[in-house]
Amino acid sequence: MNRLGISERASALPGGEADVAVIGGGVVGLSIAYGLSRLGRRVIVLDEGDVAHRASRGNFALVWVQGKGLSMPEYALWSLRSADLWGGFAQELEERTGEKLSYSRKGGLMAALSEEELDARTFELSRLHNQAPDTARFERLDHAGMKRLLPEIGPSVAGGTYCPADGHVNSLRLFSALHQAAINAGADYRPNAAVETLDAHGGGFRMMTARGEVRAGQVVLAAGLGNARLAPMVGLDAPVRPQRGQVMVTEKLAPFLHYPLGTIRQTDEGGVMIGDSKEEVGLDNSSHHAVLAGIAARAIRLFPLLEHARVVRSWGALRVMSPDGMPIYDQSITHPGAFLVTCHSGITLAAAHAEVLAADIAEGRLAAELAVFSARRFNGVSKGA
Amino acid sequence: MFRRVHDHGPPVALSIDGRPVLARPGESVAAALLAAGVTTFRRSAKTGAERGLYCGMGVCFECLVTIDGVANRQSCLIPVAPGMRVETGGAAPDLAGKAAS
Repeated sequence: MNRLGISERASALPGGEADVAVIGGGVVGLSIAYGLSRLGRRVIVLDEGDVAHRASRGNFALVWVQGKGLSMPEYALWSLRSADLWGGFAQELEERTGEKLSYSRKGGLMAALSEEELDARTFELSRLHNQAPDTARFERLDHAGMKRLLPEIGPSVAGGTYCPADGHVNSLRLFSALHQAAINAGADYRPNAAVETLDAHGGGFRMMTARGEVRAGQVVLAAGLGNARLAPMVGLDAPVRPQRGQVMVTEKLAPFLHYPLGTIRQTDEGGVMIGDSKEEVGLDNSSHHAVLAGIAARAIRLFPLLEHARVVRSWGALRVMSPDGMPIYDQSITHPGAFLVTCHSGITLAAAHAEVLAADIAEGRLAAELAVFSARRFNGVSKGA
Repeated sequence: MFRRVHDHGPPVALSIDGRPVLARPGESVAAALLAAGVTTFRRSAKTGAERGLYCGMGVCFECLVTIDGVANRQSCLIPVAPGMRVETGGAAPDLAGKAAS
C-alpha cells in the first residue's frame, strides 16, 4: 500500500486515512474536493491516469444558463445559482493560486438562422420563464439587435436570444487552479489510482486502487463515465453514456467576438472555438473531417469572416450524459455516506459544486432542492436517498 | 550565426520586413530568414516572448510569419518564391470587416 503523503494524524482516523475519498480528478471531482478541503475535511482524490477520457480537457468552457432545464426548471435554477456564484468563486481561486481564469460574464447569445428557429427558441425560453419566474431572464433580438452586439454577424442570421446570466472562462486554467487550490487546502491528490473495487468497511468505505488500498469515512463518486461501473458497488445507479462533441480552434485572431455564443466563442487568447456536435458513438473520442466541415460551414454562416481564419487544432471529447441530460445527485440508502455526482456541465456547475454541494456532503446530506436530481427519476426503482 | 551549407543556384529576390534579401531556390522561408540573420520570427500573442524556428518540420507552429499579407504561415514548410513579402512580428490577424470571398 502506498502511504506517501499521509500524515500520522490522518492515518489514525477511525474511518480510515481521510474523511472523504473523492473518486475522479476532473473538474467535477476537484470542485467537490476543493470545497470539502476548504471546510477542513481531510480529502483524498483518487484519479485515473492519462488514459482517462477527461471531459475536463476537451470541453467548450461556457458558464452557461440559457436553454438549460427547459423540461426541468430545478436544473435551470441550479445552473443559474451556480452562475451567480461564479464571480466570487473565480476570484477566490485566482487569489488562492495566482492562476488567471479569464472569467467573463457579459451575457451570451444563441443565433437563429430562420424566423421559425427564433420563434421556437423564444417559445421554449418563455415557457420556462413562465413556469419558474426566478429563472434567468432573456431577450429576443432581431438581426439588427444581434448586429449591435456582434458587428461581424452574417446576413443569414435572422436573430437570436441574449441571456445576461451567461459567461465563459478559460477552462484549462480553471482545471489547473482547482487542482492547485484543492492541494493547497490540504487535499491529497493521487494520480494513477484508478478505483477497481469499492465497498463498505468498518463504518466507512474501502477502495482497492491501482496504487493500493484506501479507506475513508465517506466516498463521492465523481468519475464521469466511470460512475456507471462504480455506482452499483455502493447501491447507487449512474445510467450515463458517452456523447461525443467535436471542437475546433482557429489561429489566434484580433478580438472581434465580444460575447460568447452557444457554439462559437473567442477565447481570452484570441483563438475562436467552434463546436457542439452531438454524436452517439460510444467511447470513441476521435475527430472526423466530415463533421468538422459541417461545423465550420455553420460557423461561417454565422460569421462570414471566419472563412479567412485558419483552424489549428480539432479534437473530440465525450460528454457524460444521463438519459434526460440533467445531472444526477444521490446519496445511497444502502450505503449512507456514499454520494454520486455526475453531470455534463461541470464548468457551469463548478461553483455550486464547490460551495453548495460540498457543504452538503460535509454534513452527510443532500439538500431538499437536489432531491429532484436523484437517479430514481429514470426507473422508479428506489436506490438513492 | 547561420550560413548556407549549399550556397549555389540563381538568387531568389524577396523582402523581409521591407528589406531586400537574396535567397536560394528550393530553400524554405525559415532558412532564408536565418541566413539573413533573423532569429526572432514573431512574439507570443500571450506573453510577448520571442519565438523562432524550433522543430523545422511543420509540427510546432513556432516559426509563424506573415507571407504576402497572410498571417500565421509556417515558414519552415513554405519554399521561397521571387517577389515574396515576408513580415515577422506575428500580431494576431484582424479579420474584422472581411466579408466572405
